[in-house]
Amino acid sequence: MSKKVVVLGEAREGALRNVSFEAIAAAKKVAGGGEIVGLLFGDAVQSLGEEMIKYGADRVITVEHPHLKHYTSDGFGQAFMAVYEQEKPEAIVFGHTALGKDLSPKIASKLDSGLVSDVTAIEGEGDDAVYIRPIYSGKAFEKVKNKEGLLFISVRPNNIAPLEKDDSRSGDVSSVSVDITNLRSVISEVVRKSTEGVDLSEAKVVVAGGRGVKSAEGFAPLEELANLLGGAVGASRGACDADYCDYSLQIGQTGKVVTPDLYIAAGISGAIQHMAGMSNSKVIVAINKDPEANIFKVADYGIVGDLFEVIPMMIEEIKKIKTN
Amino acid sequence: MNIYALVKRTFDTEERIAVSNGKIVEDGAEFIINPYDEYAIEEAIQVRDEHGGEVTVITIGDEEAEKQLRTALAMGADKAVLINTEDDLDEMDEFTAAKIIAEYLKDKNADLILAGNVAIDGGSGQVGPRVAELLAINYVTTITNLEIDGTSVKIIRDVEGDSETIETSLPLLVTAQQGLNEPRYPSLPGIMKAKKKPLEELELDDLDLDEDDVEAKTETIEVYLPPQKAAGRVLEGDLSDQVKELVDLLNKEAKVL
Repeated sequence: MSKKVVVLGEAREGALRNVSFEAIAAAKKVAGGGEIVGLLFGDAVQSLGEEMIKYGADRVITVEHPHLKHYTSDGFGQAFMAVYEQEKPEAIVFGHTALGKDLSPKIASKLDSGLVSDVTAIEGEGDDAVYIRPIYSGKAFEKVKNKEGLLFISVRPNNIAPLEKDDSRSGDVSSVSVDITNLRSVISEVVRKSTEGVDLSEAKVVVAGGRGVKSAEGFAPLEELANLLGGAVGASRGACDADYCDYSLQIGQTGKVVTPDLYIAAGISGAIQHMAGMSNSKVIVAINKDPEANIFKVADYGIVGDLFEVIPMMIEEIKKIKTN
Repeated sequence: MNIYALVKRTFDTEERIAVSNGKIVEDGAEFIINPYDEYAIEEAIQVRDEHGGEVTVITIGDEEAEKQLRTALAMGADKAVLINTEDDLDEMDEFTAAKIIAEYLKDKNADLILAGNVAIDGGSGQVGPRVAELLAINYVTTITNLEIDGTSVKIIRDVEGDSETIETSLPLLVTAQQGLNEPRYPSLPGIMKAKKKPLEELELDDLDLDEDDVEAKTETIEVYLPPQKAAGRVLEGDLSDQVKELVDLLNKEAKVL
């Protein structure tokens, strides 16, 4: 049976996050031929609707309100429930982002439904679909089925490939007016600590440093390499604990879980705590002076050497390729 | 202040994980308090020490979970509640857990409920917000700082690395992110005292719940280990040749540049 699916798109600094397109691709599988309705909430999101359609949504509904400028669970919850009542979908797909993690359990609880969080792959389609998600910090996986009723999943960024953008697609972008009231949380300040541009959890390339980076200044070559590759810089807990960088960069069991196409671990020994956050990356490169370092066990390619020699050489080599 | 901390007994994921008959092998494994719940317990204790009141730790599980509750009591919690589902439930999901905890809490007039933002075993991070929704109270997730003044609450939360300052009020549920505090280790006197602190054990019956009321909405049909990665290649030779080879491999073999 085909399902009507709603997908919550997510904007960041005026543009849709990639995970929104990945969620649409996931919704296609869930829908089994059913209609896909994109949702966008914010203070000015109407213009982003078309983009969701080009990536596979059939139509888009927006809710715009000054109180939706910043995400709050009450504000977005009210917007979602208003659209839900209007559309009565059979399935819901969110991104498993900070927003999705915060909002999805509230909505699931309101709707008395199950919720399969942090899905990294979908097998089968429609009613037969099985959802794969990592457990035990990525050391094992489980296959989960929804027993009955409303299906609700959130998808981990960077795992389900988006559909190819099709500029010829068109569809209706309509808006619903919702009175957003009684917000119990008021956001008084937002401090952006993340490095400019590329979001660590969505980055296709991550260059991460550990204790071997030795100082805050030691991250400079890593940043240069990351910028060159259009990626983001990350760090091990050791580097954060030693104050070489902000905890917002930490990758691991505590910290962020990343699954980029390329993960470069520089001066990271490979403690289990760290591996939990990156071991599912597609290609792993390890650079470490210690040939016995654990990180070499999960690395696809390893160089035993000083990162301060290796990384600048890598930058030069990659520049040569890029200019050719 | 009436403070509750939600605690989960979890497999220590620093352990080697093995799967047998579609289930994680638990024999002989080390079990711990979910690390994020330790931040919640620590914060609960600090809030009580500053504002007065009582900290109750709650868990769902079997008798084995008593050990983790005693650890929380040894850290400084005042009371513990074990909701023992061993005889009633074979399967549970986040819906089940939240429903049971909310049913226990609904007439307790909690001012503040704390939980970890995620458990390191299941990793879904649903139970906290679900419980708040069922109790019709506000919640804030992944917090790194908490200040309470009367019923006003000022929170800093981590949002994928950015930090948001939030103003809200009690009653409230919060989930802890790393950085909220440094959880204490139980002291020897604390461990001795914990043995005498009240630990209440309840079953679904005591909460007027039937198995049907809390039946899981989702079901795990298989658990498996990721395919073993073939051993990687550690490059050899002159360092500059190694780097050339690496970049070439990334470009042509792995195709990630």
